[in-house]
Amino acid sequence: MTTAPILELRDVHTSYGNIKALKGISLSVYPGEIVSIIGANGAGKSTTLMSICGIIPLKAGEVRYNGQAIQGKPADLLPPMGLCQVPEGRRIFPRLSVEDNLDMGAFFRRDKDEISKDREHVFALFPVLKDRRNQHGGTLSGGEQQMLAIGRALMSRPKVLLLDEPSLGLAPLIVQKIFEIINEINREDGTTILLVEQNANIALQTAQRGYVLETGAIIMEDEAQNLLNNPEIRKAYLGES
Amino acid sequence: MVWLFGLLWPLLGIHADGTLSFTRAFNVWFYIFAVTLVIVVVVVLQKQGILDGFGRSLGAGKTGLTAVYARTPQWAWIAAVAVLALVFPMFTGRYEQDVAINVLVYVCLGLGLNIVIGLAGMLDLGYIAFYGVGAYTYALLSVNFQIPFWLSLPVAAFTACIAGCIIGYPTLRMRGDYLAIVTLGFGEIVRIILNNWMELTNGPNGILGIKAPGIFFPSFAEGFSLEHLYLKKLHYLYYVILLLAVFTVIAVRRLNISRIGRAWEAIREDETAAELMGVNTYRLKLLAYAMGAIFAGLAGAFFAARVRFVSPESFTFLESATVLAMVVLGGMASIPGVILGALALIVLPEIFREFELYRMLCLGGAMVMMMVFKPSGFIAAKRLGRRSEEREG
Amino acid sequence: MEFFLQQLINGLTLGGIYALIALGYTMVYGIIQLINFAHGEFFAAGGYMGVILLSFLAGQGYLQTHPWLCLGGAMLLAMVFCAFLAMAVEKVAYMPLRKSTRLAALVSALGMSIFLSNGLMLTQGVYDKPYPAAFSQGGFEFGNIVVSYLQIMIVLITIGLLIFLNILVFKTRIGKAMRATAQDKVMSALVGINSNKIISLTFAIGASLAAAAGIMVGLYYGSVNYTMGFVPGIKAFAAAVLGGIGNITGAMLGGLIIGMVEIFGAGYISGQYKDVFAFIILIAVLYFRPTGIMGENVDDTRV
Repeated sequence: MTTAPILELRDVHTSYGNIKALKGISLSVYPGEIVSIIGANGAGKSTTLMSICGIIPLKAGEVRYNGQAIQGKPADLLPPMGLCQVPEGRRIFPRLSVEDNLDMGAFFRRDKDEISKDREHVFALFPVLKDRRNQHGGTLSGGEQQMLAIGRALMSRPKVLLLDEPSLGLAPLIVQKIFEIINEINREDGTTILLVEQNANIALQTAQRGYVLETGAIIMEDEAQNLLNNPEIRKAYLGES
Repeated sequence: MVWLFGLLWPLLGIHADGTLSFTRAFNVWFYIFAVTLVIVVVVVLQKQGILDGFGRSLGAGKTGLTAVYARTPQWAWIAAVAVLALVFPMFTGRYEQDVAINVLVYVCLGLGLNIVIGLAGMLDLGYIAFYGVGAYTYALLSVNFQIPFWLSLPVAAFTACIAGCIIGYPTLRMRGDYLAIVTLGFGEIVRIILNNWMELTNGPNGILGIKAPGIFFPSFAEGFSLEHLYLKKLHYLYYVILLLAVFTVIAVRRLNISRIGRAWEAIREDETAAELMGVNTYRLKLLAYAMGAIFAGLAGAFFAARVRFVSPESFTFLESATVLAMVVLGGMASIPGVILGALALIVLPEIFREFELYRMLCLGGAMVMMMVFKPSGFIAAKRLGRRSEEREG
Repeated sequence: MEFFLQQLINGLTLGGIYALIALGYTMVYGIIQLINFAHGEFFAAGGYMGVILLSFLAGQGYLQTHPWLCLGGAMLLAMVFCAFLAMAVEKVAYMPLRKSTRLAALVSALGMSIFLSNGLMLTQGVYDKPYPAAFSQGGFEFGNIVVSYLQIMIVLITIGLLIFLNILVFKTRIGKAMRATAQDKVMSALVGINSNKIISLTFAIGASLAAAAGIMVGLYYGSVNYTMGFVPGIKAFAAAVLGGIGNITGAMLGGLIIGMVEIFGAGYISGQYKDVFAFIILIAVLYFRPTGIMGENVDDTRV
């Protein structure tokens, strides 16, 4: 690929106290693609995303977004730049209504008309949210919450969407549906997506490229299709013996 | 910081009669400004590395000192301190002894509170109530029943302990910050009761005519007999409180390294985990609370015997805050830290007598600064972690 | 019966004031889980600012000609002042402790409270400062029940401020951001909310409400004192806990209840022990229902 990456990590190190969580992660995401990071529990997948978003400070390395170094920037400045995360466990505001949750996604935006247009767009993607618009976020089911979390992120009109374990704790049918929508967002809006998943199968089927993360380091990087066919990956992450 | 002072300026300068006069405000802020300036200069110098050389020599001196400290056996230090404490009254006058007695009273109080805050991790803002209970217990026993000091001492400890249990029983189930406000409320309740229960406590007028502690002194004048002496002389009182303080230090130290002490620390670090490990958290918290109350009661009884007058004025919230500041500034859960804290907070105001007015102001400021820059205190305890439930977020 | 009605009116007045102070506690606690011990001092500072401004205006003769305008202006200024004071205090004493232990933050808050109240004492003097007596006279009389204009004014201003706060917190974008920050700080940062600004704002709002309460207390009792923040502060905290801490409607309700309990306790049981009733209620509530009367279950009004 010849275009410049829209999001790039160069040798990123982070740690919790004395425990090293990331030991030099480098990866690039190019505009318009879906990239997934797969790995086991505790491999550092969520830490990677939180480091990108400035929630966890970097010990060393660089995070570049649109050619600009963004490490060390306060987290709240990133969504206005078009970098938005749907965190692990969804983190819906439990005591805010569905509609207010969506409005929070557009917090930094002042263009009221456009915001309501985007809200309708989200409701079109997830009709169930429209039915529940006045309900508290905390009263939704897991799948609905995941939809709300994605919808909330979309309200900020992201250029790059970071998704952390969207399949976590959801029934297979719902997972299927969520990933269809992820594909749709990528196709229709041209949103670049960095997807972190434990469910390697569906993640690699959705993504064009994939990274494999193990104990804080990237051990493999390839086209998603190749990874899916790689016997080692099949054994370690796809449950084949 | 500068912002805060800038904001306080106008409020402090305008007088109620509508005129503007800044003289008094100016004085206050001048002192504060001078102190801040010194601190800022030091910080700036340090940042620029000018103080590095100085720091290094200081550091060298410090390592030298620690080496000497490490080489000398612990008993030698303790002995040295003990000898110093014993001979102290022989070389000093009334005033110094008076200050020393004060320091020792606060050492007892501080160490008692240290059990509650430092070891068990519960913020108690009504601690002075137990001091009051102890003081009034001895006062009432002495005035109404002429019961001597030494007999009253355990009684005072006992009543304070009972008071601690009464207050602790409903409150200790609460989470940390609720506990703080409820103990604060209880402290006030005790004071209000002392103030208003005229029949028992003589209200705001207080109780007069409390007897000093007495001892039986062997007298050989007419054969052998035991003579009862009231210890009214200051240096005798000094030895009494020294005895109490030493007793407190030893008791708290034994508690600290005992099984119970470790359980308290477990509660402080992570209450849920402690409970899961089979620590009866509620009972141990109550025990910590009662223990703290006992030492406050002892100190209170001595206070009554020493001043020979008690009134509710002596047991206000500010006293609680002072004791708390000692524990916090000196170093939570650390016995030498608390002693140092008591020493600093009593002796420093004595040295800077002319700044008496600013004492509480500085105390408040120091508490904030200490928490911001060195939350573990001057002498940090060795075993101190943080509650696991606070780590996230 | 008349006595009862009179007490009811007095209780309403006092309760409204407690509610205003309690809101500051509850909002700050809701957002950073800290008991802001210095909150009572914002209340006292507001009272002092009111006495200073009103005396100044009285000295210039404006108070006599335009009393309501002056009061409004003074109240607004005092509220703005206390808002800035609270933001400064937050910056100095609380913000550096955002990530440290709860105990450290509490001690820092306590230190700040002592610092501020002594600052007030040193600069404003130990003695009571009287309010200029422009509003205290007159009132309606129904039989033997007297409702002073001052009481009506206090109740009206309180209601106005409460309505304003409700609109602010539940209807505006900033209010929603406040609630979002209280519920999940990491997530609110991820959607682009600057939590430090929001926390600062929360302190400012709480302190300005307390300042308004301070002025009204000053007018009601006729004077202010540097220790005036302490006991009402604890009682207002009791009100906040009673209503379920973090819960705005609860704080209002709690304030009313505490005010009523205090007035009726003083009227029917014992005036000497009036300060004790609030604490007893507080302890009883925490013991039997630690979440407060509006806590957790009816949680839609939590910050």
